[in-house]
Amino acid sequence: MSRLQVVSGKGGTGKTTVAAALALALATEGKRTLLVEVEGRQGIAQLFETEALPYEERKIAVAPGGGEVYALAIDAERALLDYLQMFYKLGGAGRALKKLGAIDFATTIAPGVRDVLLTGKACEAVRRREKQGGYTYDYVVMDAPPTGRITRFLNVNDEVAGLARIGPIHNQAQAVMRVLKSPETAVHLVTLLEEMPVQETADGIAELQEAELPVGQVIVNMVRPHLLDEAAVGAADGDHRDDIAKALAATGVPGATELVSPLLEQAAEHAQRVELEREQRGVLEKLKVPTYELPYLGEGADIAGLYRLAKELRKLGVGA
Amino acid sequence: MSGPDTDENRGADENRGARESHGSDESGDGGRGLEACPGLEVDPLIDDPGTRIIVCCGAGGVGKTTTAAALGVRAAERGRKVVVLTIDPARRLAQSMGIDSLDNTPRRVRGINGGGELHAMMLDMKRTFDEIVEAHADPERARAILENPFYQSLSAGFAGTQEYMAMEKLGQLRARDEWDLIVVDTPPSRSALDFLDAPKRLGSFLDGKFIKLLMAPAKMGGRAGMKFLNVGMSMMTGTLGKLLGGQLLRDVQTFVAAMDTMFGGFRTRADATYRLLQAPGTAFLVVAAPERDALREAAYFVERLAAEEMPLAGLVLNRVHGSGAARLSAERALAAAENLEESRIVDQEAGKTAGRGSWAPSPEPEPPATDSAQPQPALTDSPQSGRTEASPTQVSADLSAPSSARSSVEPAAEPTVEELTAGLLRLHAERMQVLVREQRTRDRFTALHPEVAVAEVAALPGDVHDLAGLRAIGDRLATGGSSPAGAA
Repeated sequence: MSRLQVVSGKGGTGKTTVAAALALALATEGKRTLLVEVEGRQGIAQLFETEALPYEERKIAVAPGGGEVYALAIDAERALLDYLQMFYKLGGAGRALKKLGAIDFATTIAPGVRDVLLTGKACEAVRRREKQGGYTYDYVVMDAPPTGRITRFLNVNDEVAGLARIGPIHNQAQAVMRVLKSPETAVHLVTLLEEMPVQETADGIAELQEAELPVGQVIVNMVRPHLLDEAAVGAADGDHRDDIAKALAATGVPGATELVSPLLEQAAEHAQRVELEREQRGVLEKLKVPTYELPYLGEGADIAGLYRLAKELRKLGVGA
Repeated sequence: MSGPDTDENRGADENRGARESHGSDESGDGGRGLEACPGLEVDPLIDDPGTRIIVCCGAGGVGKTTTAAALGVRAAERGRKVVVLTIDPARRLAQSMGIDSLDNTPRRVRGINGGGELHAMMLDMKRTFDEIVEAHADPERARAILENPFYQSLSAGFAGTQEYMAMEKLGQLRARDEWDLIVVDTPPSRSALDFLDAPKRLGSFLDGKFIKLLMAPAKMGGRAGMKFLNVGMSMMTGTLGKLLGGQLLRDVQTFVAAMDTMFGGFRTRADATYRLLQAPGTAFLVVAAPERDALREAAYFVERLAAEEMPLAGLVLNRVHGSGAARLSAERALAAAENLEESRIVDQEAGKTAGRGSWAPSPEPEPPATDSAQPQPALTDSPQSGRTEASPTQVSADLSAPSSARSSVEPAAEPTVEELTAGLLRLHAERMQVLVREQRTRDRFTALHPEVAVAEVAALPGDVHDLAGLRAIGDRLATGGSSPAGAA
């Protein structure tokens, strides 16, 4: 499996949850993973119910079998200052640049520099080795910007390399691009079985492929079981309302007769959704990208839910 | 659910009924505290000629753009002359307004009933930026700017351009005074606050020493001018040159010098738009879905708007689930489903051999065909789990082999009335779990911000495809705040 796992997805599809579950799944059996966040939303801290993450790699979870998940909220400004210190021993100058507004300029105004710093830091973590020679992290999982911006975000290094045609930023951007375009990286897109996210996923894949970025999996999140389909609902709604009322009454449910209509309406909505989901699944199949499906968590995405999703991912072959 | 479908009226009344019955039934837990929460009245807001700008903001994926479009349709059909400025609409949404591809110019939307007008456009940030340059610089200078590599990257979309340009466009539309209502969708930002921060960030950059430093050499005639700078500054430029590469620094410097005279205008306009947003004619609608993250972001936004003295009209809560049978709790529904399934299994074990699909009017359980245990995972797997969501194996079985999983409900193998009823109950239990969770999430928001008026929009199974779909959402929006219980 690729060592840099980038997880993107339309807003509201649960990409942060999926990224966290993936980090947990990959850490199973004594592995060490780093989960990075690049948008300053502190989504990881909220998910793991810990305080806001500092700009520091910190252990946030233990995986089954003794693995460890570390987390890092990458901050572009701190990454730039680190970078200046690391390569130029410019600690003091960094502060002076900050006072001048140059750091602000570099991290918010200057096109792409921010994204280069964010992806650069993630790539650094991918390549980092311990003194003994092994990789510090077996896998790095990135909770990346949403599908609509992912290609631009990852590809910005190319643009920056073109803009800064010489110098350290140019070199840095090219080094990052080499990792991102290699099999070392896989970009996953999280979606729901709904029209807009599926359409965005299809567009996202086309853009990634156009930019020669490695597409990993489509991860269909929040898949709910199909309990009844149209045929069943049609059968129920026919002449059998009385039978259903009797069956309900037999279970001791009060007011059984009045429940029949609302229950059947819900069933009709369910059947309609099943049909829509079937269509969307068809659209996804045409994309010819391997697909994982993860179940809907009725109780919401809490820590227990994360471990459940991680287990699901293992079953689907993640980290195997 | 990504949005409502065209199936207009089925849901609205039914869901309002659901809310009421749910509210009274759940008074022990969910219903409390909601009475205090005022309803958001959308119609008075869009009908008021004093309302000139409505800004829809919120986290990504909550239906912001759809809400903006639905508001536009409704306001136009109630007689106003409206323009909707969308930032990045889904193709389907543009098509639902009868416009295949929206662009940087407002286009009239056909098919609007009543005396009003609807125009729609999509922000093209590069085009907007180019237009500003062309309008504010002489042709030669404009060309120099447009050809500058740094400008080309900047205008094509660095983090933040979209926000500045959305502000610019809003200011332009308002200045043209052709519309009496502008509905704006905000950019899908890294942070929802970027939109508000854009003018200040631009201001602090333009006021900063850094830009003066960048401009200095160009103003003083290139590198020769450097010696007039103090040593610290030239060291700084040296560092920058080293870091960025000399050629990029020169591009930046040329760009900044060329833009110099335009910066003031930028700044003035951004400040003016910012003040416009604070003015009484503007109303902010925070859009969210009843999910933890979306409502957390909504709460953050509400606080931020208050801090910036921006006028908040209320919260639009999309995709709220209701149930017409809300008095039957998830637990009771599941228990009843298990009851039905157990009795069936008992009968089966007793070796009865009645034919499948016989709809005996008797309430006694009908046994399925003798070989039926296997092809019915969805109905028989989870009685012990006490939860509606599938156990992991069940889901994968269901999905990887849909035909076998569904065989229990195919016409060829018609389910018994008990199986069907148990299925209905399980579906209901699933719905009730969603309802309770949404309620809890919403209560948390209401506890933090009891003053915020809320309009709820009932969840629908599909997406919007046409004006009728947008109208349906508009109806729900308008009625979603009138239920005093307001609970989902």
